[in-house]
Amino acid sequence: MFLTDSPIDLASLLLEARSSDGALCLFVGVVRDQNEGRVTTSLRYEAYEEMAEEEIERIVERLSRDFPSVHLMLRHRVGRLSVGEASVAVVATSPHRAEAFAACRAAIDRIKTTVPIWKKEFHPDGSSDWVDPTRGVR
Amino acid sequence: MRVRVLYFASFREAIGRDEEERELPNRSSLLDLWTVLSREVPLFAGFPSVPPAAVNREHANPDTPLREGDEVAFLPPVAGG
Repeated sequence: MFLTDSPIDLASLLLEARSSDGALCLFVGVVRDQNEGRVTTSLRYEAYEEMAEEEIERIVERLSRDFPSVHLMLRHRVGRLSVGEASVAVVATSPHRAEAFAACRAAIDRIKTTVPIWKKEFHPDGSSDWVDPTRGVR
Repeated sequence: MRVRVLYFASFREAIGRDEEERELPNRSSLLDLWTVLSREVPLFAGFPSVPPAAVNREHANPDTPLREGDEVAFLPPVAGG
């Protein structure tokens, strides 16, 4: 399962990853304390869960073709998170570091653009906003 | 025909529910459904074009024809990671 509503356990994720591959690249996204100049106290992630799981399978399938030597493990939190907590983790293992770095980067970039997950930021004054990464781009 | 429409995040808050059944003329497309919804929801009307959408949990183009029983979702800007 890609989505989890309990804290991402990085130690067990690393144990689960194939350790005899030679290279292991880990990316962890953590909740920032500010965004676009406003202080963030906590976040809530919401997902279209069934589609997110299927979309992750499609991403892993696609990246397995692009990087045949790489094995990927992905996790994403949903629900309420505090500043400093891990929201997403990508583990890429491979016989060589170049493919592990490249696949890890490609995986997190795709998670951010195609997987149906949304993020609401809560501020110290009690207000909240849905984060729109396309704002100012459109 | 009837389709099941799901709403998430800002779209769910704008329409005030997380899912519903919608009756549509046969051979309606995603664009046709969005046009209907835009007449009801001011936030949707403010979009210059159809937002990203999914039919049966796969990304789909606005001209995708809908079928009886399809699960449809319009997707607010995603913000995972």
